[in-house]
Amino acid sequence: MKLKLAISSAIEALLANVLRSFLTMLGIMIGVASVMAMMAISEGAAIQVDQQISALGASNLTVRPGASRRGGRHSGANSAPPFTDKQVQILQQEPYVTAISARNSGGVTVVSGSDNWATQLYGTNVGYFETQSWGVTAGELFTQRQISQSAAVVVIGKTVADTLFEGTNPLGQMIRAKNVPLRVIGVLEEKGQSSFGGDRDDIVIVPITTARNRILGAHKTTPKHVSSIEISVADGYIMADVQNQLEDRLREIRRIKPGAADNFRVFNIADFVRARSSTQATMGVLLAFTAAVSLIVGGVGVMNIMLVSVTERTREIGLRMAVGARKGDILGQFLAEAILLCLIGGLIGSALGVGAAELAANVGGFPISISPMIAATALSAAIFIGLFFGYFPARRAAQLNPIEALRHE
Amino acid sequence: MPANPTSAEPLIKCVDVTKTYIMGEQQVHALNGVSVDFIAGEMTAIMGPSGSGKSTLMNLIGALDVPTSGDLFIEGRNLANLGADELADLRNKTIGFVFQQFNLLNRATALTNVKLPLRYSRNPLADIDARAAECLSMVGLSDRMDHRPMQLSGGQQQRVAIARALAGHPSIILADEPTGALDSRTSNEIMELLVNLSKQGITVILVTHEEEVAEYAARKIYFRDGVIVADDRKTK
Repeated sequence: MKLKLAISSAIEALLANVLRSFLTMLGIMIGVASVMAMMAISEGAAIQVDQQISALGASNLTVRPGASRRGGRHSGANSAPPFTDKQVQILQQEPYVTAISARNSGGVTVVSGSDNWATQLYGTNVGYFETQSWGVTAGELFTQRQISQSAAVVVIGKTVADTLFEGTNPLGQMIRAKNVPLRVIGVLEEKGQSSFGGDRDDIVIVPITTARNRILGAHKTTPKHVSSIEISVADGYIMADVQNQLEDRLREIRRIKPGAADNFRVFNIADFVRARSSTQATMGVLLAFTAAVSLIVGGVGVMNIMLVSVTERTREIGLRMAVGARKGDILGQFLAEAILLCLIGGLIGSALGVGAAELAANVGGFPISISPMIAATALSAAIFIGLFFGYFPARRAAQLNPIEALRHE
Repeated sequence: MPANPTSAEPLIKCVDVTKTYIMGEQQVHALNGVSVDFIAGEMTAIMGPSGSGKSTLMNLIGALDVPTSGDLFIEGRNLANLGADELADLRNKTIGFVFQQFNLLNRATALTNVKLPLRYSRNPLADIDARAAECLSMVGLSDRMDHRPMQLSGGQQQRVAIARALAGHPSIILADEPTGALDSRTSNEIMELLVNLSKQGITVILVTHEEEVAEYAARKIYFRDGVIVADDRKTK
C-alpha cells in the first residue's frame, strides 16, 4: 500500500464534498467532546477527593469511645467511658505514632464586646495541631506549659476572626466563652470546607485542661477525660496492620476482658471519604460510558456514509483498479478517508470538549482536570473508531470486481 | 514500424481460451475456445454483434478478468501464474485502457487525471507532472491541462483518456468502443491518434461495431457466439 497516495486521495475525496464530510464528522466530534468533558469532570472529582484525604491526613487514625452496655441496655455511640490523659500518654509510646492528639469539644457562644457568635470549641493538647498539620497565620499556638496551667488563651479559626474582629487585629483581644475570658493568641490557617460540608474555620481552640476545668466541664466519672484521639501514623506502616495493633493495645490499656466487646472504635476517616467518593466515581464511569456510546454511534455514522461513498464511487474504484491500483491501495485509500474523518472530528471534538469542561467548571462549579492524557485517550479512541468502522466499507471497495465496477451506472 | 505477421514472438497469445458466466441456472459461454495471437505494433479491430464475446476477450487481455480455461500470455508471461497484485502492476505498466465513456475523474483536472496511473506505479518517476504534461501534448491538449472534464468537449475528454493510457509507457492500448460516444468527425480524429500510436510501436486493440472505424485497423477479427469467424489482414 502506498501511504502517501492513500492519504492524498483521501484528502481529495473529503474536499470534494465538504458539507458531507463535516456532517459525517459531527457524530465523532460530539462523541469525542463528551468523552473529553466527562473524563475531565470525573478526573477533577477524583483529584478533589485526593486533596480532601490529604487535608484530613491520609495516614491518620481516629479513636472514639464505643457504645456502652449496662444491664442489657445498649447506649449510643460515644457512650462508653472516654479516654484519659494517661491512655494518650501510653499510646504515644507506640512505635508507629508520630503525633497524637487529645480532643474534647462542645458548642459555645463566644462573645467579644457587643458581638457574639455560636461556634465549636475544642480543647486539645499540643499534638492536635501536628496531627492536623495546622498552623497559625498570625500569633502563635499554645504551649505545653500553658496546658499544664489551664491558661485562659485561645487560638481562633479564620471564620471566627472575620466575624468577631472584622478589620481589626484579633491578637491580644479578649473573648468570652461561657463567661470565661480568653486571650486570643493566634489565628489559624484557613482550612476551608471539611469533607462533610462543615466549615473547619468556624472554631476556637483552647488548651484541653482549660476546656475541662473552666469551660466545658469535667466528665462525671473520668476527671482527665479525652473524648477523641487522633493518631498520625509514621510512613512505611500498613494502615490496616496499625489499626489491628492499636485495637489490641487499647483493649489492654482499657482492661477489656477476652471475649468482651470493644468499648471504643478505631477508624480511618480517609476510608469514609473514599467510600463516599466511590459513588461519585461510579457516576463518572457511567457518564464516560454514555459518552463512549455516543462515540460509537458517531462511528456507525462514519461507516454508513463510507458505504454510500463506496457505492457512489464504484466506477471510480473500477477505473483506479484498471490503471493499476492494487486491492491494498483501494483499501488504504478508503481506510485513510475514514481515519482522517475521525481524526479531524476528534481534534475539533477535543477543542469542544475542553470548552465544555471549562463551562462546567465556570458555570456548574465542577472541579475539572484536563490532562494531555485525556486528550490522547479521546483522540486515539477516535482513530480506533475510524479504523474499526472504516474497515468494512474499505474492504468492500477493495473487493469490487473491476469489470462490474467500470460498468456501474 | 509495420508489423510482420509471420515472424517474432507474439506480444499477446491466447490458447484455447474459454470464459463461462453463470447467470442464475444458465451457463453463458462468452468465449468458446479462442486461440489468437497479437503481434507487437499491429492495430487490430475486434468486431461482432453484442454478446459475441469481443468485450470478454478485451477484459481477459486487459488482466481485469481470468479465463475459465485456456492460457493467456502477455510478453511471454502466463497470466494464470500471476497474483492479484502482479496483475494490477501489469495493468499499470504494460496496458493502457481507453473506454467508451472516458471514465475521467470529474473533480480532477486533465493533468491530475493523466497522472493517476503514474501515482500507482511501483517504480514511480521522479517527475510525474512532466510525464503527464508530455502525454497531454502528445494528444494535442497542452493548453487544456488545468481544465476539468466538464470544461472539455467529448473528443477532448477522450484525448485526455488516451493521454492517461499512454502515461505509463504501455506496450498495449485496449480501446473499448473508443468512438462510441463521439460524432463522426471527432471519431476520425481519435482514430488518427490511435493509428499514430500504433505506428510508434504500440499494439492497439479496439472493439467496435462500426465498419468505418474498423477500417483504420490493419487487422479485423470477427466474433460470433464466442468464437472467431473471420480474421482478415489488410494487404498492402
